[in-house]
Amino acid sequence: MQVDVFRKRRNNALIFFGVLALLTAGAIVVTQYDVEKGFTSLGKAFVWGAANLYPDVKSLAKLPDILAKLRDTVLISVAATSAAAVFSLALALAGSRATRIHRSFTLVARGIASFFRNMPLVAWAMVLMLAFSQSSLTGFLALFMGSFGFLTRAFMETIDEVGDSSVEALKATGAAYLHTIFQAVLPSSLPQIVSWLLFMIETNIRDATLVGFLTGTGIGFSFDVYYKAFNYHAASLVVVVTVLTVLIMETVSNTVRRMIL
Amino acid sequence: MMEIDESIEVWGKMGKRDGGNNLRPLIAKPLDRATLAIRLTLFVLAGMTTYTFLTLGSNGVNVAQATAETLSNFATMFLHPYSHHLTVWDAFYEVLITLGLAYLTTVLGGVLALFLGLMAAQNLAPKWLTNIIKSFVAVIRAVPTILWVLIFAVAAGLGSTAAVIGLTFHSVGYLTKAYSESFEDLDRSVIEALRATGANWWQVVFQAVIPSSATYLLSWTFLRFEINFGNAVAMGAAAGAAGIGFDLFMAGGYYFDLHEVGLITYLVLAFAIVMETAATYMKRRLQSGE
Repeated sequence: MQVDVFRKRRNNALIFFGVLALLTAGAIVVTQYDVEKGFTSLGKAFVWGAANLYPDVKSLAKLPDILAKLRDTVLISVAATSAAAVFSLALALAGSRATRIHRSFTLVARGIASFFRNMPLVAWAMVLMLAFSQSSLTGFLALFMGSFGFLTRAFMETIDEVGDSSVEALKATGAAYLHTIFQAVLPSSLPQIVSWLLFMIETNIRDATLVGFLTGTGIGFSFDVYYKAFNYHAASLVVVVTVLTVLIMETVSNTVRRMIL
Repeated sequence: MMEIDESIEVWGKMGKRDGGNNLRPLIAKPLDRATLAIRLTLFVLAGMTTYTFLTLGSNGVNVAQATAETLSNFATMFLHPYSHHLTVWDAFYEVLITLGLAYLTTVLGGVLALFLGLMAAQNLAPKWLTNIIKSFVAVIRAVPTILWVLIFAVAAGLGSTAAVIGLTFHSVGYLTKAYSESFEDLDRSVIEALRATGANWWQVVFQAVIPSSATYLLSWTFLRFEINFGNAVAMGAAAGAAGIGFDLFMAGGYYFDLHEVGLITYLVLAFAIVMETAATYMKRRLQSGE
């Protein structure tokens, strides 16, 4: 019997890796990915990067300009996250198992969240760009839409996790709906909610670079301009500044998380 | 900070009322570090948001008019999807290319991250090595995907090769962190027990570490696959990589063809939602299987 278990395990592994390899081959064909070129250009990219991709003294003159754009990007990411969080929380409370008013709300809230989460950021950016043109509002709204979907889903799961028993206990004492929410549900899910908020801000700072590319705002636009002008020293300065910002943001949110969770 | 002062005051008052008794004063709501941190965080975020709203330049955009225009654009897009340049089959094939990019980058990233993750797990590798790997992948993760792709595009040219390498880089950073944390969750005693029987490092890894964390590894990898799909769409638009993202960018940014943007959006949404459902189903089955 022992042998059979091992054979079964080995066969399962073989099937798993076989399917994986087959799909990989299929993906290489479909995407026309050049495996050999992939390896050679990896080396080339490092050689090129070492020779060109570092900030030099001349590019430092651009630093004040880059920092101003960076400030815009960070502010927009924070504002989009916070604004989205307010709406997400309302929708999550309406749709969560513990706090919903009616069964059907859960399905509706899940549907809305799924729609906003899976809608490509590019599509938001492109459509918003048509009316709002090259303003910070375009970036803000595009990030807002994506964050709204993600946070609703995250908040709903958080509330579901902490909600059930405490809501039941408060209901038993005869507390009103709003009382249960403000006295039990929100206080006990607040640490998780703040943790999700910080995570979303980190993600949004990275995504803001992409949105900036498409809509011509913030730090993404700075990189785009320098990159297309072949000013790689200044472009690398943008990379360095972005990396530092994300790392600082990560450290801050890890510290806060350790304190609250 | 108000709250601290208040609670200190209450402390003082209570002490007096008890006449210096050694009874522990009862504070209605003690303000611990966690509550303080939460309030401070929310306060800072609210402050920054308000400041942003007050100073956000609208560049002379009439907000009310632009909002109305955007809503009507959304209506055109979602209610009348139609294709002009692409046939539906073309669009479907382009989504398949994007899916292929997402798959390739996830598999490549997953394989590399498995080894890096083993070297980054504190219970499997020496401390100096985990520190090096962890800071290395933290820096990789901090660079936005689009920048990786464009940096590689200089050497490989715009296209799927640069996109695959760039997206893989970011996946490696993300998955290494996720994998190594899954490995670290493993009970130390299991490893020690295996070591005591004379098992070498590879045997410990393949007989204990990977089988017991397989569920987590799979669900992280699947999550990354979903993220990579979104990223692959974005790279098509922003970095000229192949796939549906490029068509989306052309339709939205060059032809201003909202009907086609609508059609493409519906297709991408359909794929993404199918993947999300599959992931949820798989996660539930894996969890109940244990």
